[in-house]
Amino acid sequence: MLANILIDGIAYGMVLFIIAVGLSVTLGLMRFVNLAHGAFAMTGGYLAAWLVGEQGWPFAWGLLAAVVLTGLLGMLLEALVLRRLYRRSELEQVLFTIGLTFLFVATANLLAGPEVQLIPLPGWLKTPVDLGIRTLPAQRLLVIAAGLAVLLLSAWVLGRSRFGIWLRATVDNTGTAAALGIPVQWVYALTFGVGAALAGLGGILGAELMPLEPYYPIKYLVLVLVVVAVGGMGSITGSAVAALALGTIETASKYLASDWGSLFFFLSMALFLAWRPQGLLVARRA
Amino acid sequence: MTGLPLHAPPLWRQVLPYVALLGLALLIYFVFPDQLPMAARIAALAIFVMSLDLVVGYGGLATLGHSAMYGVGAYAAGLLAMHLTGNPLLGLLAGACAGALLAFLSGLFLLRYEGLTFLMLTIAISQIAQNLASKLRTWTGGEDGLSGFAIGKILGLASFDLQGRVAFVYCFAAMFICLWLMRRLMASPFGLACVGIHQNRQRMAALGTRIRWQLLKLYTIAGAFAGISGALAAQVAQIVGLDTLGFELSAEALVMLVLGGAGNLWGALAGTVIFASIHHWASTLNPYHWLFIIGGMLVTVVLVPRERWGQALARRMQVFRRAAAPAGGSS
Repeated sequence: MLANILIDGIAYGMVLFIIAVGLSVTLGLMRFVNLAHGAFAMTGGYLAAWLVGEQGWPFAWGLLAAVVLTGLLGMLLEALVLRRLYRRSELEQVLFTIGLTFLFVATANLLAGPEVQLIPLPGWLKTPVDLGIRTLPAQRLLVIAAGLAVLLLSAWVLGRSRFGIWLRATVDNTGTAAALGIPVQWVYALTFGVGAALAGLGGILGAELMPLEPYYPIKYLVLVLVVVAVGGMGSITGSAVAALALGTIETASKYLASDWGSLFFFLSMALFLAWRPQGLLVARRA
Repeated sequence: MTGLPLHAPPLWRQVLPYVALLGLALLIYFVFPDQLPMAARIAALAIFVMSLDLVVGYGGLATLGHSAMYGVGAYAAGLLAMHLTGNPLLGLLAGACAGALLAFLSGLFLLRYEGLTFLMLTIAISQIAQNLASKLRTWTGGEDGLSGFAIGKILGLASFDLQGRVAFVYCFAAMFICLWLMRRLMASPFGLACVGIHQNRQRMAALGTRIRWQLLKLYTIAGAFAGISGALAAQVAQIVGLDTLGFELSAEALVMLVLGGAGNLWGALAGTVIFASIHHWASTLNPYHWLFIIGGMLVTVVLVPRERWGQALARRMQVFRRAAAPAGGSS
């Protein structure tokens, strides 16, 4: 029982983390309140469901194509519209992206109908894997592995790579960064696109835990926002810790006290935020 | 936007909008009697949006949990009518007290934080309230909602009728009084201090304003008005559901507020009327298609700021006038 809760909780947390990474970067580094982030997760899931389920693509290729297409959509949106909103007030950004989310919900219903979309899993993901201690569904393992990979890669890219340096320089002072020859517009677009692509990946991998339906972006937006707020905006490791903790708490309360709904999730969020308002890994400033 | 004139405008200019509002109410009452139930709901909702305007537009606190106070007010009015008395005015009082109490207690905790943390915590408060209401089903009726309470005669004179005439007069009168009270309040030194905190916290602190205390007062007062709005809605509909505490109501109210213009109570009223009218008209559509409309409205409102609409309109008028002037001169 306890082990089940832990494994499901960690898998759930990893899904939340993969979706939340992009939002943490846009919110924390680019200072753009993007409430349409959940819509990218839905887009990825819907594309995968369409490619694998209806077009009969192999799962791996369908997943890859869906992730890349979601990223391109994110880049396109950033370059065409969102870029104009960086200097607007937070409230305006919130309203615009909520509006965008509504448009995504309506479009998803128009194209695919109100039913839950399923991504058929291939045989190798359905078979249980024997780890020696106990057997686990392969799908859970894939989710956890993908979460770890995303965590390590994004921490490395942001902290160590040339692109990470460019990004941090760009968000610190766009004018100077551009004068130094950094292609700032590409940096913004690419960062946004990768964040959207990762959200798409999370949407696909988490489709079993968070069913894909038109209201998906609104339903799970609050969860993802909570993860980002608790983890501290712009902190990748903080988001990971927050996602794992909150995912485990939510799963445990579903197993043990299902009639209390999400009470414990929001209660623990309020406690976390009261304890560390700047994020879990950031000590409170005196 | 939120700038208030130092010199009060002449009396007739202060009174004129209220007279126009009364005229509009009379028009609705006598010309569109079949729309009265909807108009009553809009009037009750307008109080909620105006109370949200106090917090968001004047105080500058972005919240997505304002519906908690609305819902608590609605449940308080419903429970009072069910267990103690059906007196509607006492119900409003109960709603106001419940909303103010919740706002005060949550404000003690919430107002220690700013920005996104504050926003997320307001969502948490309303979600916790909703989950508790769903769990305490012996009191609240849980998912089924609270129903089966009767509301007595208003001031011992008239009880609610099926055409919604009494409901409309009752809701409109309540909204009228609340609007007047809130406008008086925001033009007072306290209201100006709140606007000042919104514009520059550091400077107001340096001037000696106790920031958190003033904001707590504002939040509590707004909570009382939100509670009144919820109580009104509960009395008119005679049912209270879990959705009164939900996130969607807060988000929709925010949309109404921004549609009409935050930081201006008349704007909050206009936004509520526009939004609710479009919603009413579009209610025959598929709910998903309704999302196209509201999403499109939101996107347009941000991309094309209201000032620009006003300018475009003014330019049109000038063109018309210029076109009309020579024609008028030649005749």
